[in-house]
Amino acid sequence: MKRALLTVEHLTMRFGGLTAVDDVSFTAWDGEITAIIGPNGAGKTTVFNCLTGFYQPTVGRLLLERADGEHFLLERLEAYRIGRDAKVARTFQNIRLFPRMTVLENLLVAQHNSLMRASWYSVAGLLGLANYRHAEDAAIEKARHYMELANLVEVADWQAGNLPYGAQRRLEIIRAMCSDPVLLCLDEPAAGLNPRESAELNDLLLLLRAEKGVGILLIEHDMSVVMRISDHIVVLDYGKKISDGTAEEVQNDPRVIAAYLGEEEVA
Amino acid sequence: MAYLLQQLINGLTLGSIYGLIAIGYTMVYGIIGMINFAHGEIYMIGAFVAVIAFTAFSNLPLVVAIMLVLLFSMVITAAYGWTVERVAYRPLRGSFRLAPLISAIGMSIFLQNYVQLLQGARNKPVPPMIQGGFTVMQDGTFTVQLSYLQIMIVVTTLVLMAGFTHFINTTSLGRQQRACEQDKTMAALLGVNVDRTVSLTFVLGAGLAAVAGVMVTLYYGVVDFYLGFLAGLKAFTAAVLGGIGSLPGAMLGGILIGLIEALWAGYFSSEWKDVAAFSILVLVLIFRPQGLLGRPEVEKV
Amino acid sequence: MSRSIAAITGTAGDSLLKELGFTALIGLALTIPLISFETIDDVGGLQLQGRWAATAFIVVALVLGRLGIILLRTPGREVWVANGGAIAAIIGLLDLFRDTVAGFLGLERWPAISPSYTLAFLIGVGGAVLAIRAVVQISRRNSPMTKAERDARAESIGEQVRKLVRVFAAVAVLFALTLPFMPFSNRYVMDVGTLIVTYVMLGWGLNIIVGYAGLLDLGFVAFYAVGAYSYALGAQYLGVSFWLALPFAGLLAASFGLILGFPVLRLRGDYFAIVTLGFGEIIRIILINWYDVTNGPDGISGIPRPDFFGLATMTRRGHDGLPAFHEYFGLEYSSEHRVIFLYYLIVVMAALVAVFTMRIRKLPIGRAWEALREDDIACASLGINRTTVKLAAFGISASLGGFAGAFFATRQGFISPESFTFIESAIILAIVVMGGMGSLVGIAFAAVLLIGLPEVFRDLAEYRMVAFGAGLVMIMIWRPRGLLSHREPSVLLADRSPPGRPAPREAVAAGEVAE
Repeated sequence: MKRALLTVEHLTMRFGGLTAVDDVSFTAWDGEITAIIGPNGAGKTTVFNCLTGFYQPTVGRLLLERADGEHFLLERLEAYRIGRDAKVARTFQNIRLFPRMTVLENLLVAQHNSLMRASWYSVAGLLGLANYRHAEDAAIEKARHYMELANLVEVADWQAGNLPYGAQRRLEIIRAMCSDPVLLCLDEPAAGLNPRESAELNDLLLLLRAEKGVGILLIEHDMSVVMRISDHIVVLDYGKKISDGTAEEVQNDPRVIAAYLGEEEVA
Repeated sequence: MAYLLQQLINGLTLGSIYGLIAIGYTMVYGIIGMINFAHGEIYMIGAFVAVIAFTAFSNLPLVVAIMLVLLFSMVITAAYGWTVERVAYRPLRGSFRLAPLISAIGMSIFLQNYVQLLQGARNKPVPPMIQGGFTVMQDGTFTVQLSYLQIMIVVTTLVLMAGFTHFINTTSLGRQQRACEQDKTMAALLGVNVDRTVSLTFVLGAGLAAVAGVMVTLYYGVVDFYLGFLAGLKAFTAAVLGGIGSLPGAMLGGILIGLIEALWAGYFSSEWKDVAAFSILVLVLIFRPQGLLGRPEVEKV
Repeated sequence: MSRSIAAITGTAGDSLLKELGFTALIGLALTIPLISFETIDDVGGLQLQGRWAATAFIVVALVLGRLGIILLRTPGREVWVANGGAIAAIIGLLDLFRDTVAGFLGLERWPAISPSYTLAFLIGVGGAVLAIRAVVQISRRNSPMTKAERDARAESIGEQVRKLVRVFAAVAVLFALTLPFMPFSNRYVMDVGTLIVTYVMLGWGLNIIVGYAGLLDLGFVAFYAVGAYSYALGAQYLGVSFWLALPFAGLLAASFGLILGFPVLRLRGDYFAIVTLGFGEIIRIILINWYDVTNGPDGISGIPRPDFFGLATMTRRGHDGLPAFHEYFGLEYSSEHRVIFLYYLIVVMAALVAVFTMRIRKLPIGRAWEALREDDIACASLGINRTTVKLAAFGISASLGGFAGAFFATRQGFISPESFTFIESAIILAIVVMGGMGSLVGIAFAAVLLIGLPEVFRDLAEYRMVAFGAGLVMIMIWRPRGLLSHREPSVLLADRSPPGRPAPREAVAAGEVAE
């Protein structure tokens, strides 16, 4: 029985005279991978920024319904509360790691809120109490688990900024996972990856969906990623939604083909 | 009523001077997004050069002397402005966000003490050169005076503002400047020499600050190496109040700050007038960082 | 003519002449009024005195320097720069110490080459810098190693330097602890030592907000002032003892930090900096003008010294029911006792700050600060409330400043608004920035340099601020991350790997991965 995780209703974003997103509605189902595709400038990252609290939507309702029954209206929440309370995590188009901190430290920062509580807001930590030490050990174990999933254990103590590009992308994804999200929003995770790395990315995302049951919302241009792993695709063009369905339906939709006219045929 | 009028006149004059300095802040911020902390010191250098030039030209007829001093001060101060940008800011273009600001602070401290070392720490007076004015109105015992110097300052400022706006809007250099403000990369791709345009911005700002320096020398008759710090902060407040990046905003902000300062000193107390200016700065940045005429910045994610 | 110049210098002769001519013009513009003429205050007003020798000298020096820089970029001419720079350095050095040289050679005077000692010094330094750059460039060009190899070598040298630094740090701590008992130790040395350690503590305090959280605070001196005045006023009006006042000073300063910080924390970097500057100035003006409470520019004097942990007083005669220190311990009275006591007090306070800082860095809040500095938008996306994290940094930093302020008040016995100017904030900021933001050792080292050097070169006091300003600019250009900018990770997986589980590899060289 499919359950709606994120329901976007009539999302519109206007910047002065420019309408970047125009009355877009779609549903992302729990435990599924939903891709948002479209030509450049279609408004995809704007949708993400609205979902994650970096833009205030001009119009629209963004309803997140968690399996535990909690509901959140994302358009009303500040960015950090969407991460902390609604449990929506994201990655960025231009990779935003903490470059001078190590891989492990990056993953520990993602667990900031639970660690802060465990450390009694630093008091227990300063006093060296056992409950904090246990919490930190658990956090490191969780980090190690994700590093193993993403093949990053060997570079755990490297500065994140020194990692090769593909590794940085994977790190950003597992860092988002360390905050225990119910919805993972990935902004062009395959950008700049070669075919082998894209295949590894596919495996990682499928694994995350299977093992963690996390819903994934994905902006992508790389069709080898999109078509292979998406359960559901939403197509945007000039800020409007022009198609919505399974990979097969979307590939054969004439409107989608028209929007991509001039580019390579959707594989 | 008369007292109020006098404060308004004084405030307008003071505001013109702040406005001229504020333009330098706003232009530099508009084109490279940094606060030129040392701009106040550039203004101070303009004033010092004016003092020296006036002393040197003291035997010339007044109008000639003023013309020469203005020219001389603008050229010299522009050279300093150019050098500061070249030495302390350009090398840091790719560095982390706060590096240019720290460098600017260092430059500001350096210039203050550089002038102090070269010219001594004492105040430098000049004999009053433009005297006289006329009485606007008389209200009982209080006379409202409008001096020729005040008229000259305001008129000069207006003329410069008009000329400057014309320059920015019509000439090719002005267009290049505006292009760089909007998108440096694109401008470079279209053949604009971004480095030279940035230098030009600093030079123009310094020139206007020099005029302010000359005016302040004539107006107060005395300069010291510390006057750049306070005036710089107030002019920066003016730029922020008017809307950083906006030329008319800088002028408007300058006038407002000048008026507020004069009215505060006139009606409350002159010791606390600096607090008034700083408080405005804090309040504007907290509640309306884009100022009066600016547009709110959208953070790029 | 320009063709022969081109042939000699290997550059386009025309453009070279233009460059140099331009430099000469700028040089003239910079030097004529301010340097050429010196304004002398005279009875009838200002008089001008010419300093044309200096002007000509400077312009020539600037042109030659520019020539040197241009030649550095010309392949094959670096040797010229190396030689020319070395000659200039030697001339400058000889000229600087011309009296010594003259005495050495048994002459009356050595003819002065440059119009002033300062210029001789600058020529010497400028020449040396050019020569060193040229030599470095030549060796780099002729080096047989590839760039990656050179980077790896730099890394390993860096590692050795860091080990050395750790040794030095340990030695320095030992030295600091035993300073009062050193043979050369006297009242002056103790004073300087106390001053340096005070600034070390201030630097470590500001480090939390500038070094860790990455927020540029230009008004830190305000918290220093709050701490100082809270103790001074508390002692004056309420008779509070130092030990009771100390925690309150920190608490009050922290409250100020939170109140001032809350409205401004969402501002961008440079705006935030200016607002903090404004706050600092507002506090200073209030201190100057609120005569009734703060005694205005006259300041507050007669601030009592702390007692010896409630057991004895540090004065010649005991009072308030306590015996005097020397009576309590059966010693001869010596004013040195109080001096040494105060010194150890600040040392202990600074040590506590160090321990606290090192600990909190490994806690989630410390990591959140550093993450905030690295990328605050990513922090928000990870659910971190940026405002509370920044407020925590601000509050803690402010309280440390407050503690230092209370100490300052009790050590001096007298405070006035003059001690709390913007320049103080700038100095503390410079200590943090030059030392390396986030590096405790680096900051301590920078404090020793910035506070200790002026004491050593007391006769050059008038150059102190000029050198300070120039130093800030140069550090930003040369080493923006500070002298000791290496960042030690707060936690290593390698330390936590139990046997049998995959362990991380050692990072060999930057960017090198056999993935």
